[in-house]
Amino acid sequence: MELEEHAYDVVVIGAGGAGLRAAIAAHEAGARTAVVCKSLLGKAHTVMAEGGIAAAMGNLYPEDNWRVHFRDTMRGGKMLNHWRMAQLHAQEAPDRVRELEDWGALFDRTDAGLISQRDFGGHRYARLAHVGDRTGLELIRTLQQRTVALGIDVFMECTVTRLLTDDVGIVGAFGYWRESGRFVAWQAPSVVLATGGIGKAYKVTSNSWEYTGDGHSLALQAGASLVNMEFVQFHPTGMVWPPSVRGLLVTESVRGDGGILKNSAGNRFMFDYIPDFFRKETAETEEEADRWYTDKKNNRRPPELLPRDEVARAINSEVKAGRGTDHGGVWLDIASRRSPEYIRKRLPSMYHQFKELADVDITKEAMEIGPTCHYVMGGVEVEPDSQAAKVTGLFAAGEVAGGMHGSNRLGGNSLSDLLVFGRRAGVAAAENARNRAGRVRLADDALTSAARAALAPFEREGGENPYTVQHDLQQTMHDLVGIIRTEAEMKGALERIAELKERVANLSVDGHRQYNPGWHLALDLPHMLLVSECIARAALERQESRGGHTRDDFPTADPEWGKTNLICSRGPGGDVGVRRQPLPQMPSDLAEIFEETA
Amino acid sequence: MSYDAKFRVWRGDASGGELRDFTVQVNEGEVVLDIIHRLQATQAGDLAVRWNCKAGKCGSCSAEINGRPRLMCLTRMSTFAEDEVVTVTPMRTFPVIRDLVTDVSYNYAKAAQIPAFTPQARDDDGNHRMAQIDVERSQEFRKCIECFLCQDTCHVIRDHEENKKVFAGPRFLIRLAELDMHPLDTVDRREAAQDVFGLGYCNITKCCTEVCPEGIHLTDNGIIPMKERVVDRKYDPLTWLGSKIGRRRTD
Ligand SMILES: Cc1cc2nc3c(=O)[nH]c(=O)nc-3n(C[C@H](O)[C@H](O)[C@H](O)COP(=O)(O)OP(=O)(O)OC[C@H]3O[C@@H](n4cnc5c(N)ncnc54)[C@H](O)[C@@H]3O)c2cc1C
Ligand code: SF4
Ligand code: SF4
Ligand code: FES
Repeated sequence: MELEEHAYDVVVIGAGGAGLRAAIAAHEAGARTAVVCKSLLGKAHTVMAEGGIAAAMGNLYPEDNWRVHFRDTMRGGKMLNHWRMAQLHAQEAPDRVRELEDWGALFDRTDAGLISQRDFGGHRYARLAHVGDRTGLELIRTLQQRTVALGIDVFMECTVTRLLTDDVGIVGAFGYWRESGRFVAWQAPSVVLATGGIGKAYKVTSNSWEYTGDGHSLALQAGASLVNMEFVQFHPTGMVWPPSVRGLLVTESVRGDGGILKNSAGNRFMFDYIPDFFRKETAETEEEADRWYTDKKNNRRPPELLPRDEVARAINSEVKAGRGTDHGGVWLDIASRRSPEYIRKRLPSMYHQFKELADVDITKEAMEIGPTCHYVMGGVEVEPDSQAAKVTGLFAAGEVAGGMHGSNRLGGNSLSDLLVFGRRAGVAAAENARNRAGRVRLADDALTSAARAALAPFEREGGENPYTVQHDLQQTMHDLVGIIRTEAEMKGALERIAELKERVANLSVDGHRQYNPGWHLALDLPHMLLVSECIARAALERQESRGGHTRDDFPTADPEWGKTNLICSRGPGGDVGVRRQPLPQMPSDLAEIFEETA
Repeated sequence: MSYDAKFRVWRGDASGGELRDFTVQVNEGEVVLDIIHRLQATQAGDLAVRWNCKAGKCGSCSAEINGRPRLMCLTRMSTFAEDEVVTVTPMRTFPVIRDLVTDVSYNYAKAAQIPAFTPQARDDDGNHRMAQIDVERSQEFRKCIECFLCQDTCHVIRDHEENKKVFAGPRFLIRLAELDMHPLDTVDRREAAQDVFGLGYCNITKCCTEVCPEGIHLTDNGIIPMKERVVDRKYDPLTWLGSKIGRRRTD
């Protein structure tokens, strides 16, 4: 077998914000480091992030600090977040943002010349460091340029298909080059997974083609566990028209900067959907809500800025009640509330996106929007300080890791998560590599079996086309494991997933190995199916509604379930099992924060 | 509302290829990338194409559509007549890998040669202070999504392979301009711009500006000011000295 082999201390899989930050940290800790990614460098999903990076820098509101950010994050996640991750995240985010500036990032400024901060849902103060509405581009470009300046090796357009392990833990990874289809293996005692999310399992999604759940699935197959996969975030505002752009994100900054939601009758409906949990901090009248934009101290937040799960469910209910637009969405209106100059200045890429893709001028017309699959809160179960998974030598950071966001992520908290935990994972991976140096080796039979599995779709004749199977999986998840769920739907989904597994085992692909997207999809599909199964199983198990998970047959949050995580792992026969695990206990000094700021 | 469109798509690899004809369904609101995806799913499962965001944000789906460098995801089908043949070919300036995918490693090699950003010290309280108006000049260039369409269109390298050694192309000239205008940066890259990156080869035809999907004014706001500053430096050693030691450059 033709195989290119490399040896490193740390191999980082993924070149989004988390992966690049991890690679920089590992390199700076002295580890020989490589980054592997499916797309070209600089194109990862992080490039699409718009609104900003949440960090309690206090540049606009000196009252803001990590304790308030911690509290907002935990409340946003309905207290199911791992308290230690939420704490580290809130404490370290400001330094991670400042460091980007030293690497060349140019954030928008306040009048005092400091990094500007903008409002987002669920955050008590304006807290998002941003660059217009293209913050993800700024973040990834800065980290990309830093990675290049440090001379870190990057394997781009290269896909990992397997993690390799021995009796102790990780020994490396196996993959193929997109360009040639040739195989490549990395020997390494530490692997950092930073592969992002799973959104391509859904039909309506804001996610890029890379979001096929590879990291979740690779971790599971290597013996690690996933936590709370039932929590999938549907962002309230995706484009709904025209059909070809359905799902594309409309950033939350539109609401943060004054946009409001209206149904087809022209009513500002969010006032009808304020949950008791957030009533104290939410405006009761339109007048108060409107005053808040200019006087945040003496007024409460508009209900449009409730956390995402609340807004997405409200929109869903309006549409179901027959008050939606012709295309099944609602209206998001900023045109009637802000001047065209203001809109173009604050939301340049939204302006551009609607103009180019939908032929809509958002300074003149309302946007037609509805919920879209956006983010997965569930992910690899990790130890909060080091991001170590339950397999020696395996680490996970960013969207692929679980725990940080509980049942619902606040906007802006992902980009900061990437930086804080990307760095921590890189440092810990370098340290593990030092301890295991010289003790890992790639076994020939493992490499041969990985290669054989990858080539299987070429050997089969007359099997199904992978695009058809992907389409059917997306439809299944959309119809049965969407925003609102029931027991019967989850059971139906699991049956269909079982059928899809059989179809995937029988796929065949055209052509040869060189840059062959049909083949690439055939290799991504088993990951998507495994992850979809975890979501459906966990969603069936959790008999309550909380955050990103709403059960029509159990419509309220249950305090007992509020103490429980659901852990997915693979049994000896390869089946996915789900078990309950108590939430870690929050220490009293942190618990006090909720009393003092209640 | 659907109709059948005629597409001609280049298929082949480094050893050669040809335009192939396809008839494919088009629905309301679709863009060229949707059609390419439909071709993959229904008629050509192995048709190679790069894409990522389908929202004009990642710069992956660059190609030439009816001979013009464009992003496939930002080219609406409604801009063509229903009976028009739409021809999609790979970017010409870079070697073909397969079908619509080209080898863009030249760009990554040039990026690696650029002397890194080197900031001045922070203020005593740990902050950097900059005025919005000062950051905006560089921010314009930082909007670049690295689609390399400007590289594709620039005749200095489009028709002269040999120039790639001495000329970095518009994307990297504006990267130099961006660093040069960055309020915190302390390195002078003007000599490198001329000698290593070939600023002098640019003859200001502005073709790069015309194709930039981000609307960056590469020539007027980046390349021409760089050229002026290089000349400045050559003839006026005092301005140069000033820019080296000044805490914040004013030019
Ligand atoms: C439109 C949009 C707007 C958003 N706006 C915001 C915002 O304003 N603020 C915020 O905080 N969050 C935002 N988010 C969420 C945030 O962007 C993501 O959660 C975050 O970027 C994930 O980063 P990551 O580093 O975990 O993964 P990614 O950036 O997705 O990187 C994943 C990497 O893993 C690689 N990879 C995957 N599988 C493999 C494999 N098998 N082999 C090799 N490589 C692999 C990919 O190629 C890629 O390089 C937004 C998301 C979207 C879609
Ligand atoms: S202006 Fe200069 S860089 Fe731009 S296309 Fe013309 S020659 Fe090339
Ligand atoms: S400057 Fe414009 S055309 Fe050139 S790579 Fe950047 S975005 Fe593309
Ligand atoms: S797919 Fe990202 S720019 Fe076209």
